[in-house]
Amino acid sequence: MPNDVKTGSLAPDKKLKWVGTRPLRPDGVDKVTGRAKFGADFSLPGMLIGKVLRSPHPHARIKSIDTSKAEVLPGVKAVVTRDDFHDMESEFVPAGEMLVNYRDMVRNVMAREKVLYDGHAVAAVAATSNAVAKRALKLIEVDYEPLPHVIDVLEAMEPDAPLLHEDMITAGVEPAPDKPSNVAKVVEFAIGDVEAGFAQAEVIVERTFQTKPVHQAYIEPHACVASVSEDGQAELWCTTQGHYVVRGHCARLLGMDVSKIRVTASEIGGGFGGKTVVYLEPLALALSAKACRPVKMVMSRDEVFRASGPTSGAHMRIKVGATKDGRITAAEADLKYQAGAFQGSPVQPGAMCAFAPYDLENVKVVGYDVVTNRPKVAAYRAPGAPISEYAVECVIDELARKLGLDPIDFRLANAAKEGTRAAYGPKFGPIGLVETLQEAKAHPHYTAPLGPDQGRGVASGFWFNIGGETCAALNINEDGTAALMIGTPDIGGSRASLCMMAAEELGIDLDRIRPIIADTSSLGYTFLTGGSRVTFASGMATIDAAQDAVRQLCERAAKIWEIPSDAVEWEDGYAKPAGANAGDFEPMSLAEVAKVAGKTGGPIVGHAQINAQGAGPSFGTHIVDVEVDRETGRVTVVRYTVVQDAGKAVHPAYVEGQYQGGAVQGIGWALNEEYIYGEDGRLENPGFLDYRIPVASDVPMIDTVIVEVPNPRHPYGVRGVGETPIVPPMAAITNALADALGIRFTELPMSPPKVLEAIGEAAAGG
Amino acid sequence: MAKVHVATTINGDAVEFLCEADETLLDVLRDELHLTGSKEGCGSGDCGACSVMLDGRLVCACLVLGAELGGRAVETIENMADGEVLHPLQRKFLEHAALQCGVCTPGILVAAKALLDKNPEPSETEVRYWLAGNLCRCTGYDKIVRAVLDAAGEMRGELTHAE
Repeated sequence: MPNDVKTGSLAPDKKLKWVGTRPLRPDGVDKVTGRAKFGADFSLPGMLIGKVLRSPHPHARIKSIDTSKAEVLPGVKAVVTRDDFHDMESEFVPAGEMLVNYRDMVRNVMAREKVLYDGHAVAAVAATSNAVAKRALKLIEVDYEPLPHVIDVLEAMEPDAPLLHEDMITAGVEPAPDKPSNVAKVVEFAIGDVEAGFAQAEVIVERTFQTKPVHQAYIEPHACVASVSEDGQAELWCTTQGHYVVRGHCARLLGMDVSKIRVTASEIGGGFGGKTVVYLEPLALALSAKACRPVKMVMSRDEVFRASGPTSGAHMRIKVGATKDGRITAAEADLKYQAGAFQGSPVQPGAMCAFAPYDLENVKVVGYDVVTNRPKVAAYRAPGAPISEYAVECVIDELARKLGLDPIDFRLANAAKEGTRAAYGPKFGPIGLVETLQEAKAHPHYTAPLGPDQGRGVASGFWFNIGGETCAALNINEDGTAALMIGTPDIGGSRASLCMMAAEELGIDLDRIRPIIADTSSLGYTFLTGGSRVTFASGMATIDAAQDAVRQLCERAAKIWEIPSDAVEWEDGYAKPAGANAGDFEPMSLAEVAKVAGKTGGPIVGHAQINAQGAGPSFGTHIVDVEVDRETGRVTVVRYTVVQDAGKAVHPAYVEGQYQGGAVQGIGWALNEEYIYGEDGRLENPGFLDYRIPVASDVPMIDTVIVEVPNPRHPYGVRGVGETPIVPPMAAITNALADALGIRFTELPMSPPKVLEAIGEAAAGG
Repeated sequence: MAKVHVATTINGDAVEFLCEADETLLDVLRDELHLTGSKEGCGSGDCGACSVMLDGRLVCACLVLGAELGGRAVETIENMADGEVLHPLQRKFLEHAALQCGVCTPGILVAAKALLDKNPEPSETEVRYWLAGNLCRCTGYDKIVRAVLDAAGEMRGELTHAE
C-alpha cells in the first residue's frame, strides 16, 4: 500500500465504527451515471438565455452605452447595464477567506465609469435563444475612451503608472499618502528585532521571486438559472461554494430583502475558492426581474479565464539568516501581490503564513496589495499562502544547503510546535509539523536512489483553516432512517464524511442516513465551503445535531419506561435504562423509538446552529523527484510523496484525494500555468489548450502519508485538509530542480523555455 | 435559417430532433434531448468532459455538429450502466474514491470504457496517455488511474481488491 495512515494519540472512549473507514459516498451513483445536476444542467419552462458583453480593452472610460438596437431585436426580452445597478458604499465584508467590498463588487459584476480589464462585463442580454442573445450583444454600441493600462505589479507601483482608481489612497501607511496610487493597502507583521537577528546570523540568503497569476481552473464553468416572479420573489439555482453568501451578495447588489431570494446550490464542478464570489448571479436575477421569465446564464471557458478570479501573481523579496549550527536568527519578507482590477489580493494571509512553519524570534513581513488591469483575483486554495511560502521554502532550502545541513533536519531544528508563537500573533496549540517532517525523513522515498538528471526537493507548508457559522438538522424518520440537512455544498465527498459522523453518533448504519444540501430558505445561515472548514465545522454541527436527536430519543424512551430521562443512556443505536434502572427494560432501538414518536411527543429532529471555533491549523511536508530533459527544458515529476497532518481522517480516501489533487495543482503552478498578456493588455491564453493544467500523462502516482495529531477542539480530532496540500509543491519542485541542475530558479512557472534558457546560461557561465 | 431535421440513434433509441446548423452534438444532447450527463468544460475539445462514443469512436461531443448525426449511433454516459447494474468502471470509481467534484467523471468513464474495449490489459502508462485528453482538476489522477486498472483486472476475471 503506497498510502499510509499514521494514527495519532487520540484515544476515543469507544471503538469507532465509521470514522476512519472508506465507505462509498452517498452521492456517488448519481455522479458516475451522469444523473447529478451541475450548474448548467438545470432548466425551467419558458427559460431565456442570458449572455454578457465584455470589454475588449484592458482599461477604458465608458463614454456611453447604446442598447436600443439590441432591445428591439426580435427575441430579446431584457438588457441590463450599469444603469440597472445602484452604486454601493465602500464596505468590507468577509467572503470565504477574503474580504469583499460592495462598491467594488457592483463594479466588477457590471462596469460603471470604466472597464478595468479585458473581459470586464459591460452589458447583459436575455433572449429566447443562444443565437438571438449572441446577435443582440453585437448590436450593443459602447463608446470607449481607451486609457493606458498596467499589467505588471512592479510597473503598477511606479509613481507615473496609469491609475485604475483615481481616488485610491494607500491604507495602512502613516501618515496617509497625499496622492492616489495603485497600492491599495500595506500590511505588516513583526516580532522581535530583525536587524539584531541578522547581526547574529553567520549565513544569510536573500533572493527575489516572481510568480504569475494562475487560475483555479475548475472544469465546470460558472452557471446559474434565476427566476424572479412578478411580486419580486426570486429563485436562484447556481454552482457555488456558498449559496448563503450568494444570497447575501445578490440581495445587497440588487437592493432586495434576503428573504426574497431562495438559492439552491447545484452540484459543483470544482471551486478551489473561485466559486466563493458572484459574477453571473446578480445579472441573471436582474435580467429575470426585467423579463419576468427565468434566465439561464453559463460562462464559456474563455469568459472563465478572462473574467473570473485567478489568484495573484507576485513579486517578493525574502531574506533569512542563520547561525552555522542551523538556528534561524531572523527572517524578513516583502510581498507585492497583484489584486487585479479591485483591491483585495490575499497578501494579508500570504504575509501571515510566510514564516508560520518556523519558531522564530525576529520576523518582519511587509505586504502590498496592488491593483492592475487584470481580472479581480478570487480565493484560490489557501489564498496567498502558496505564493509567499514558495519563496520562503526556496530560501530555507538554499540556506540548509549552504550550511551543509539536511533540509529536513534544518526545518526540524527550527520547526513550529505546540506553544510556538507565530509571527502573526497567536500561539499554536497541538500541531503536526514536526511529525510530518519526521515521517517524511523516514519515508523510503527520501533515501531512494536518484537517476541521471534527477533531483529531489522537499518543502513544508501551512494553512490556518477556519470554522464559522454553520447549521445542520437531522430528521429522524418514522422508520428509523434519518435525513441530514447541511448548508455547505459538497465539492469533494463531504456528504460521506458528515454522514459517517452522524452514523457514529446515532449508532445506526451509514446507509440509513440520507444527506441533502439544503437551500437557503430551508436551513439557517451557513457560511460557504471554503477554508477547509466543511468536515470540521459542518462536522461539528452534524455531531451537535445528532447529539440533540439522541437526547430526544432518550427522553422518549424514558417516557415510555416512565423513568427520568437522565436514567437513559444511548449506546450503539439503542436507548438503555441506566443507573438504578439498569436492566429493568429491554433496550429500544432508534427505529423502535422513532416508530412511536407520534405517541411520545411528536417528530424527533436534531438541530444545531453554531459558530465553529478552534479549527486546527494543518501542516504538510512534500518530497518530490524531478527529471530534467536537458535538450528541451521539460521537467517531469517522477515521484511525489505528500505527508500531512489531518488531525483525524474521517474518510481517509477523500483525505488522500485532497493531498493528491493539491499536489498536482501545485505541479501545474510550478511547471506550466500562467496568465499571458499581450502588449495590448489582452489575455492571450484563455483556454485549456494554452493555459495547460496537468493531464494524466504529466504526473506519477502521488503517494500519501496521513499523519494524525488530533485537533483537541473537534470531537473526533478533525483538522481541515483541503488547502495545505497546494502550499509546498512549488518550492519542493524548485528545490528538486536545484538539486538536479545546481540552478536556483526564482520565477514561476518553470516552463521548458525558461529551464532551457537557464541550462544554457549555466553552461555558458560555467 | 431553417433548422435541420436529423434522425439518429442515441443510446440505442431512435431519436429525431431539429437543430441549428451551427449547434454541436453536445448542444443537442444537453439542450434538445436533456441528456445532461455529458458536460461542457471548454467547448474546444481540450477538456474531454463531453466525451461520447460516435459509431464506436471516442469523440468530444463539442467538436461534432448535430447536423452530422443522421443515421449514426451515439452512446453517452447515461447508457453506461446496464439497468441497475453499474459498469465495473463506474463501480471501481466509487470504490477507489476516484472522483471528488465529479464533473469530469462522465467523460472520463466514457473514455476509459473506450480504452478497455480496445485494450483490456492496459499498462499504467497506457491509461495515463489514453486519458490525457480528459482534464480532472480535483484528484491529481492517482485514484482515477488505479480505478481504471482495477476495473480492467476485474473485467479480465482477475481477483482484485480496492485499497
